[in-house]
Amino acid sequence: MKVLVCMSVVPDTTTKIQFNSDKTELQKDGVQFIINPYDELAITKGLEIAEANNGTVTVIHVGPAENDPSIRKALSMGVNEAIRVNSIAYDAQFVAHEIAQHATEYDLILTGRESIDFNGGAVCGLLAAELGIPSVNVVTEIQYADGNCTMTRDIDGGRETVSCPTPCVASAQKDLCEPRIPNMRGIMAARTKPLNVVAASGAAEYSNISSFESPAPKSGVKMIDADNAEELINILKNDLKVI
Amino acid sequence: MSVAVFLELENNEYKKSSIEALVYGSQLAQMMGIELVAMAFQASGNTDELGKYGAQSFIALGDTNHINADSAPTIISAASASVNATVIILSNSYTGKNLSPQIAVSSNASLATNVVSLPASANDFTVKRGVYSGKAFAYVTLNKSTKVLALTPNSFDIKENPQTCNISAYNGESANSKINVVSTDKVTGKVALTEAEVVVSGGRGLKGPENWGMVEEMADLMNGATACSKPVSDMEWRPHSEHVGQTGITIKPNLYIAIGISGAIQHLAGVSSSKIIVVINKDPEAPFFKAADYGIVGDAFEVVPKLISALKA
Ligand SMILES: Cc1cc2nc3c(=O)[nH]c(=O)nc-3n(C[C@H](O)[C@H](O)[C@H](O)COP(=O)(O)OP(=O)(O)OC[C@H]3O[C@@H](n4cnc5c(N)ncnc54)[C@H](O)[C@@H]3O)c2cc1C
Ligand SMILES: Nc1ncnc2c1ncn2[C@@H]1O[C@H](COP(=O)(O)O)[C@@H](O)[C@H]1O
Repeated sequence: MKVLVCMSVVPDTTTKIQFNSDKTELQKDGVQFIINPYDELAITKGLEIAEANNGTVTVIHVGPAENDPSIRKALSMGVNEAIRVNSIAYDAQFVAHEIAQHATEYDLILTGRESIDFNGGAVCGLLAAELGIPSVNVVTEIQYADGNCTMTRDIDGGRETVSCPTPCVASAQKDLCEPRIPNMRGIMAARTKPLNVVAASGAAEYSNISSFESPAPKSGVKMIDADNAEELINILKNDLKVI
Repeated sequence: MSVAVFLELENNEYKKSSIEALVYGSQLAQMMGIELVAMAFQASGNTDELGKYGAQSFIALGDTNHINADSAPTIISAASASVNATVIILSNSYTGKNLSPQIAVSSNASLATNVVSLPASANDFTVKRGVYSGKAFAYVTLNKSTKVLALTPNSFDIKENPQTCNISAYNGESANSKINVVSTDKVTGKVALTEAEVVVSGGRGLKGPENWGMVEEMADLMNGATACSKPVSDMEWRPHSEHVGQTGITIKPNLYIAIGISGAIQHLAGVSSSKIIVVINKDPEAPFFKAADYGIVGDAFEVVPKLISALKA
């Protein structure tokens, strides 16, 4: 039983997002990069399923060598081996296409629900469609048995449980599991585990980012005295007309 | 050529986020000087309503066994090709997030999800989309001749553009789905958080799950939804589906009321695009006040009941 987990590397959640002066690139000075939080869940669930089924877990990342420490962290969590496609991750379509070149031999492919930098939520569906296998996004539960997955996923306004044969692609949502924390043995073992670097096969042809923009700052808070709290409702109703 | 919009239904009504997609499509079709085609599954749907918002024709995609079935994107793609659609638009709902990438692959299209603006012009297909979990936007140029867009709910005002809307049926092949639905558990009678125009949210300052009655009451009185901070859902005071923020869901209601939430950067990431933010916190130094439009320094257990009685008045 083989599991493939797609992993992106993103700015730590406390990062104040700032761009260079021509607004074309993220300012990376002092920014700490981490495994995308949803991908940590995907890795952990992949490990749980592989361990219960005598299987293996491979992680794949599309990105530059500076992201190798995050890949080593995944290996220290218990992942067996890693593939890094040596390229900038231009967009979700480029990433999915690159991953698809290495993803044909797996039973279960996991991604995160979305990357917290690009927020596309797209790689799961893109990869499934490229491979011609089912896509089940935002899953909070996965049971694997005998070439079949039963999964619970978030849907708009509720949840549903679906089943499908493997191979399939699923994207991890919060609640899937608690992220595994590497132990000392894992960290030592990770140093010698295989991290295979491969070249990209295609070009970034789908889209390009021309510039970034920061949200307009708030003009300042107006305080309302707690004794006159009712005044807020009056403002919301009559001045702002939002209720 | 045409612009195609895929609509979702809930209880036989088009969802608000889908109508927003239709309005977006109508403005885009006008900009590009081409026709606007709407399509949906299970549509005994109301075509008068589609015409009201600019649809010139409607394709009934027939019944699919399920909207998240793996045959759904193929059908939408084929129906879009049958009307030479160069742009296919969906809402960035959970369903839209599942469908749009698969449609992009089967239509050999460029994809942008989380879109919040129309393209600059018909010749420059550059759209603005949310990135870094609400902390920034990116301008993305889509290069392929066909484009698939998934729109962030509550980003476009609903405007009418009355047209006569003709109905046709789509009779293409539909492959069997490998995905089978075992069970569905829908919260009925509540406003979905991502679609809500008003959201009332509670944090650890509310002390325990037993105190959420007033949060729910306040939300109900404004026809809004309830949300919470991450620790609140981690402690299981509230369901995880209500957790907003960087690792929860991103929302942009017209009004966000935060009660007993400190305003950590990860929380703000998910809510800072809200049009009006109101913060109620007993600590005048709470960081959330810096991101707020209106603030009340006070004890939630005193302030909220006052707001509730003012709403009832
Ligand atoms: C990787 C990572 C991801 C994260 N993602 C998210 C996320 O997506 N969403 C999220 O919310 N958090 C997230 N967090 C957690 C975030 O950093 C904060 O810890 C969290 O938002 C704090 O929640 P809170 O404001 O409810 O609680 P607290 O920080 O404990 O704040 C409680 C507030 O209530 C006020 N208060 C207390 N009593 C009263 C009263 N009687 N009346 C009025 N006010 C009162 C206090 O003054 C205080 O400001 C993340 C953290 C990490 C490390
Ligand atoms: N550069 C990347 N390399 C490998 N996997 C990625 C990369 N970017 C995104 N992914 C995967 O795709 C998921 C969704 O990302 P996105 O579509 O960017 O929101 C992430 O949670 C990862 O599992």
